Amino acid sequence: MKGNGSEIPIQIADLQKSFGEQKVLKGISLQVKSGETVAVLGRSGGGKSVLLKLIIGLQTPDGGSIQVAGKDITKLDEPQLNEVRKRVGFLFQQAALYDSLTVEDNVAFPLSRHTKLSNEERSKRVHELLADVGMDRDLGKMPSEISGGMQKRVGLARALALDPEILLFDEPTAGLDPITAAEIGDLIINLKRKRKMSAVVVTHDVHGANAYSDRLVLLHEGSIAAEGSFDDLQSSQDEFVKQFFSYSSR
Amino acid sequence: MTMTHLPIFVIAAAASGAMAGGRLLDQVPMARNFFVGVFEWFGDLGLFCVRLIRAAITPPYEFGELVRQCDAIGSKSLPLVALAGAATGVVLSLQTRDSLVRFGAKAFLPAVIVFSIIKESGPIITGLIVSGRIGAGIGAELGSMKVTEQIDAMEASAVDPYKFLVATRVMACVLMVPLLTVVSNFCGILMGWVANPLSEPISLRLFLEHGFKTMEFTDYIPPIVKTTVFGLTIGIVSCFQGIRTRGGTEGVGRSATSSVVLSSLFVILADVMLVRLIMMIWG
Ligand SMILES: Nc1ncnc2c1ncn2[C@@H]1O[C@H](COP(=O)(O)OP(=O)(O)OP(=O)(O)O)[C@@H](O)[C@H]1O
Ligand SMILES: [Mg+2]
Repeated sequence: MKGNGSEIPIQIADLQKSFGEQKVLKGISLQVKSGETVAVLGRSGGGKSVLLKLIIGLQTPDGGSIQVAGKDITKLDEPQLNEVRKRVGFLFQQAALYDSLTVEDNVAFPLSRHTKLSNEERSKRVHELLADVGMDRDLGKMPSEISGGMQKRVGLARALALDPEILLFDEPTAGLDPITAAEIGDLIINLKRKRKMSAVVVTHDVHGANAYSDRLVLLHEGSIAAEGSFDDLQSSQDEFVKQFFSYSSR
Repeated sequence: MTMTHLPIFVIAAAASGAMAGGRLLDQVPMARNFFVGVFEWFGDLGLFCVRLIRAAITPPYEFGELVRQCDAIGSKSLPLVALAGAATGVVLSLQTRDSLVRFGAKAFLPAVIVFSIIKESGPIITGLIVSGRIGAGIGAELGSMKVTEQIDAMEASAVDPYKFLVATRVMACVLMVPLLTVVSNFCGILMGWVANPLSEPISLRLFLEHGFKTMEFTDYIPPIVKTTVFGLTIGIVSCFQGIRTRGGTEGVGRSATSSVVLSSLFVILADVMLVRLIMMIWG
């Protein structure tokens, strides 16, 4: 099931979300075009992870609309929502690997649920996916036996397993050494070039984001404080944006 | 047990349910909050069951995972269940022997042992052991999957956790508790015989012949119904407590404990109700 090209991968309008008294998102509007990578920046606790979870329907918004692959996901029932989710690759901030499955089985999980590949084909695909993120060893280890950065990369391979059109990555390079982080950045650029994937990448790494994203979005206090290219944001006169960029280039 | 115990169990069960949901200190000062908590718990349980039934009856079915869960549940509790069954057999044999001798009804000993093990002590003891062993396991496992976002990850990859995790576990409990009961009964009756000839030898064949002489096929139906309901109760309660876990590692611990407490309570409660119900319907 591929998009028909004309549909907008992600379109969010006036999105609101609160937890009890705490207003986390106060009306976010965001559009991600086909083949575009948008980096979402912002302070810790600013609601970036919540935003990603809302996009894939793991949490329900208090107001506003979320369209993913042309469908308003707040109005879909479970089977329809699952059809949309199959087209989206999601990387959790803490990787969220299934701790009862080996590294290899973690990546194979979406494949064995949603595809009819034979065992050899599936295992070949799993090896390819893991090789792409530099995890071609330790396939038989359990998630608790590999490091945090390795877990992150396995999570990335799992997110890419179904060849999604839309990627939602929560800090893909956090906790990785600069070399691996750059490799993951290159991987995202390659995915965009080769497969025209659209992506929302949450990150704290401003310079990394500059390398692989088309547009940066800066969240602050529940709204979008600034939006645009790296240069746009760097030359912004907004107090918060200036502060954010001056600290990150130190 | 008589019907008068019933309300007490309902209140106790509901109370621990509500307390398991939130922090104790939030609940104690306000009786109103407490009752709201109780109703909330039952409401959530209802919604949980609706979702579970929907996931369980719609294809595709997760047979592979079901077999894996049956294996896990069966092998985890088998030794404990066998041991508990054996112990019951010994105790029952030694104790009833004394009473029966006093009333001059020693010849009934095999029948008494077989009857009480198959009809009551086998099912309830297996039910309680599995509540402890499996209830805690499921509560902690699903709880930690919940707090580490593994359940969210499963949903994000378009797999219904109610189908893959919950329905398979509940179904495995439903299938395995009756089977485990058979094991427990077997060990109990065997040990009942072993303990008996310590004082007065009688062949196993004779013991079984005497024991099962008065048992009819219809006598096996109520225990089968009962153990199936126990399995269902344990599966539902512990999955429910597991999947609604909140608050990190501490929450996982709370879920494991409350799974055990609640599933044992509900197993006893189901036993009390089923005794009445089966007597009414079955006679
Ligand atoms: N399930 C939840 N229940 C209550 N509050 C929540 C929940 N999830 C998130 N929050 C709150 O929402 C706010 C935003 O959280 P979020 O995880 O989106 O931050 P973040 O921007 O991803 O931060 P970080 O960069 O540190 O990952 C936080 O204040 C958090 O306390
Ligand atoms: Mg986050």
